[in-house]
Amino acid sequence: MKITTPLTDETIAKLKAGDKVLITGTIYTARDAAHLRLVNLINENKALPFDIKNQIIYYVGPTPAKPGQVIGSAGPTTSYRMDPYAPTLLKHGLRGMIGKGDRNQTVKDAIKKYKAVYFGAVGGAAALISKSIKKVELIAYEDLGAEAIRKLEVVDFPALVVNDIYGNDLIIDNIKKYKVDDKNE
Amino acid sequence: MRYINRDIIVETVERLCIEANYNIEDDVMEALNNSLRNEISPTGKDVLSQIIENDLIARNDSVPMCQDTGVVIVFLEIGNDVHIDYDIYEAINEGVRNGYNHGYLRKSVVRHPLDRVNTKDNTPAVIHTKLISGDKINLLIAAKGAGSENMSLVKMLTPAEGIEGVKDLVIDTVFNAKGKPCPPIIVGLGLGGTFEKSALLAKEAVMRPINDQSPDPIARKLEKDLLEEINKLGVGPLGFGGTQTALAVKVNVYPCHIASLPVAINIQCHASRHKKITI
Ligand code: SF4
Repeated sequence: MKITTPLTDETIAKLKAGDKVLITGTIYTARDAAHLRLVNLINENKALPFDIKNQIIYYVGPTPAKPGQVIGSAGPTTSYRMDPYAPTLLKHGLRGMIGKGDRNQTVKDAIKKYKAVYFGAVGGAAALISKSIKKVELIAYEDLGAEAIRKLEVVDFPALVVNDIYGNDLIIDNIKKYKVDDKNE
Repeated sequence: MRYINRDIIVETVERLCIEANYNIEDDVMEALNNSLRNEISPTGKDVLSQIIENDLIARNDSVPMCQDTGVVIVFLEIGNDVHIDYDIYEAINEGVRNGYNHGYLRKSVVRHPLDRVNTKDNTPAVIHTKLISGDKINLLIAAKGAGSENMSLVKMLTPAEGIEGVKDLVIDTVFNAKGKPCPPIIVGLGLGGTFEKSALLAKEAVMRPINDQSPDPIARKLEKDLLEEINKLGVGPLGFGGTQTALAVKVNVYPCHIASLPVAINIQCHASRHKKITI
């Protein structure tokens, strides 16, 4: 399924765990250090460097671009490290997150409550994924290097819906499906 | 005595850092292709195809296969007939610095675990040194990402817990990690020695060629049994469900105290990047 950003209520309602999606539009990068700063700003009632309302944050710290590239290799980092910050951002309007690996229950509850989506991308497929990134603009925290916040224009960025607004969880459901229980053999 | 020039060390380390990140090893590629053939989950197959395609793009375009180009781990073996009159650790770090700058690799090292200021050149490397016989230097350079390293652990079991205790610990660790360490993974298991020795054994285990087997019969059986059990967990490629959770299990053993059973589990993601050379 092809989807575009910013995410609308309509799009989000359509997305179900397990759906393969191709994302087109603007997405923002942030990982550990940037998340800490964003949440501190929210706690101090200060403005964020970009409006997170209805947007998607991609957990990534790319390699430096080689001459001629818009961005270096740019695959997802492990999402659980952002679990302490994600519910605050969701509460303030963030609607999508892209990363790898499972989320904790607090994040899954917040996804349902604030009607958002967690997408999984293929960790380690960084050279492939970077081909879907067409434009990059550094918008905040240049001092963080690879961890700075960047605005990306993506076309057909490949991802899977992992957690949807209905409480479905691709990871839990699919692992159950493929688990071999010796007792039943 | 054979003199080995500093420049050779610097240049070799630089070259291997870049090559490890751009060019997937043939044994890993073969293992990934086998996984793709064996996977029954459609999502799992799709993920494995993307990983294989990615690794081919990285090789053809000379770009890093993964954005986490890791911390550099060096296994340095120095022959007792080698003469060096410079600080070889400095030479290695100069090679790392050059490799990460010239190869457009990500700088992922902070100077202090708590103040977390980036060193901006990916140094220092973690270097393990061993004295061997002969007049040569062996260098193994690995780029280790944090996603899989973070899922690793050391635990001191009691002798009574035995092989079942070891198996349970491995199975729980792999299952709880799910997609976080980017499966299909390679599991390195270090058994015995002391607390710190077991961790080193586990790290040496993940550096072994993917298709070899332990010369120790107990370890060899454990490698086979654990691989089977792990692939029954259902975790699958990237944790999206499937039968291909691990490419291999490697067990390295060492004698230990009558009262101890040290167990270290080092997880290696599918982007298994290391290069070996003899100078
Ligand atoms: S775990 Fe490995 S493949 Fe996954 S993002 Fe980290 S370095 Fe890359």
